[in-house]
Amino acid sequence: MVAIFKKEMRAYFTTPMGYIFLAVSLFVSSFLFALTTYFQEEPTSNTGTYFSYLIFVLAILLPVLTMRSFSEERRTKTDQLLFTSPVSIFSLVLGKFLAAVCMFLIYLGLSMINLIPIFANVALGANEPNVAVIVGNLIAIILVGICFIAIGIFASALSENPAVSFIITLGILAGFLVINLFNAYIEIGWIRAVLSWLSIYGRFVNFTYGIFDIGALVYYISITGIFLFLTERLFQVRRLG
Amino acid sequence: MIEITNLVRKFGNKVAVDNISFTVKEGEIVGFLGPNGAGKSTTMNIITGYLSPTSGTVLVDGLDVFEEPQAVKKQIGFLPEQPPLYMDMTVWEYLSFVFDLKGCDFNKKKHITEACEVVKILDVKNHLIRTLSKGYKQRVGIAGALIGNPKIIILDEPTVGLSPEQVIEFRSLIRGLAKKHTIILSTHILSEVQALCNRIIVINEGKIVADQDTPQLKRVVGENNRFQVKIAGPQKEVYNLLRSIHSVRDVSCDGVRDGDTYTFIVEYSGSIDIRKIMFKELANKGWPIMAMEGVETTLEDLFVKLISRKGEEE
Repeated sequence: MVAIFKKEMRAYFTTPMGYIFLAVSLFVSSFLFALTTYFQEEPTSNTGTYFSYLIFVLAILLPVLTMRSFSEERRTKTDQLLFTSPVSIFSLVLGKFLAAVCMFLIYLGLSMINLIPIFANVALGANEPNVAVIVGNLIAIILVGICFIAIGIFASALSENPAVSFIITLGILAGFLVINLFNAYIEIGWIRAVLSWLSIYGRFVNFTYGIFDIGALVYYISITGIFLFLTERLFQVRRLG
Repeated sequence: MIEITNLVRKFGNKVAVDNISFTVKEGEIVGFLGPNGAGKSTTMNIITGYLSPTSGTVLVDGLDVFEEPQAVKKQIGFLPEQPPLYMDMTVWEYLSFVFDLKGCDFNKKKHITEACEVVKILDVKNHLIRTLSKGYKQRVGIAGALIGNPKIIILDEPTVGLSPEQVIEFRSLIRGLAKKHTIILSTHILSEVQALCNRIIVINEGKIVADQDTPQLKRVVGENNRFQVKIAGPQKEVYNLLRSIHSVRDVSCDGVRDGDTYTFIVEYSGSIDIRKIMFKELANKGWPIMAMEGVETTLEDLFVKLISRKGEEE
């Protein structure tokens, strides 16, 4: 697992991939940040809007990070090396997953630069930002991001074409994100309950108020686990043809 | 060492491997011989645990590949048909990744250096794999298979795409490896197994057509009697005369004239040596024999023979 993790990290930084991901993500999120705080009619230090928009940005950016993961190995036939080596399939999946998570955390860490002006403005008499809200949002973003990555890894195992993997990931993520919108049209109680239970976005809301929601935590970790497990199953099944 | 019993592998409705059984003993060099699509790669992919069989078992040192995958995979070094190389790594980075991936616990630098020495790639160890020639890439792939000192080395079509000199070099490399490892290699080139292997398993359409020691197989080859003869005389008449000799099965002539000499390839059956008869007949006509040599039956002929013989049996 460590070997594959190291190899992935190396690949992110020896090819333009990692840099492009970081550059584009940081640019987009900084722009989004500025737009939702300074450039409001009344400039605000409330970061809630930023974080809830950020989810949708990540839904497009994180699939870029994971789309090549297993697709590329299959396309170049290097999967034959991985799957004939004395390591379990799950540790291969986990190694790739953790490398993508690591890249995501690097990005998130760097994007914290955005917050500096908000705190600096306090000295100039602006409102004190709500630290609990920021921390809550960050935890939520990390959890959501990890879910997205697990789904992306799963999708990359489905196709040997990274572009196809990307589209599949977008499709699954879109499904999870908008699923609770159907609730407005559905009368049957239990279906509504299931749909809102499944919604990645719906779970996010509590965190944005700075409330730590254990249920949501369990939900995000479960989704992540399920997709990593499915990836491993997929390879087992594919081996059987 | 390797024990394969009733191995079947289907892809949808297509049967790629059809009830194959054989064993490989320690220290053997076994050649898998068969045309493209015969099921060689599939069999190798199953032995290495890349594919699962539809039914049947593969035991390596008594362990089942699917029950103890890690223990079995540790014993096998595999070079697939297309070497599994990461083009944007250097040779050293690649081998060091393979070393970590296989979880080896010996001295890394020493071990990788040794593997590089065996396949003679130390001089390119800091080159990007993408920049290497096909032959060098193949060697990097073999070095990767050698990492971890596996007892068994499986090579799928290892000489495809190599130049003739590289093939010769490759053969001596394999012979060297055979001192320490059990080797299975596949090819569709018959001279290759003949030159390298001490046992040959011929596969066609997923079935084993023959499983014999190389000398044994060569004896089968000897049954076929052919020679090439250069005769100075009119092409058509000489041809008819040769054909008229009893027990001559086939005569062919490429029609290329060298002075007044033509080259014929004569094939005959039975135990009587027709060369004496031929000599007398030609002498009567006054058409001298300019040269004569035996044509060694290649394994290509043998292969066709084995497959058609198998067909007749069924």
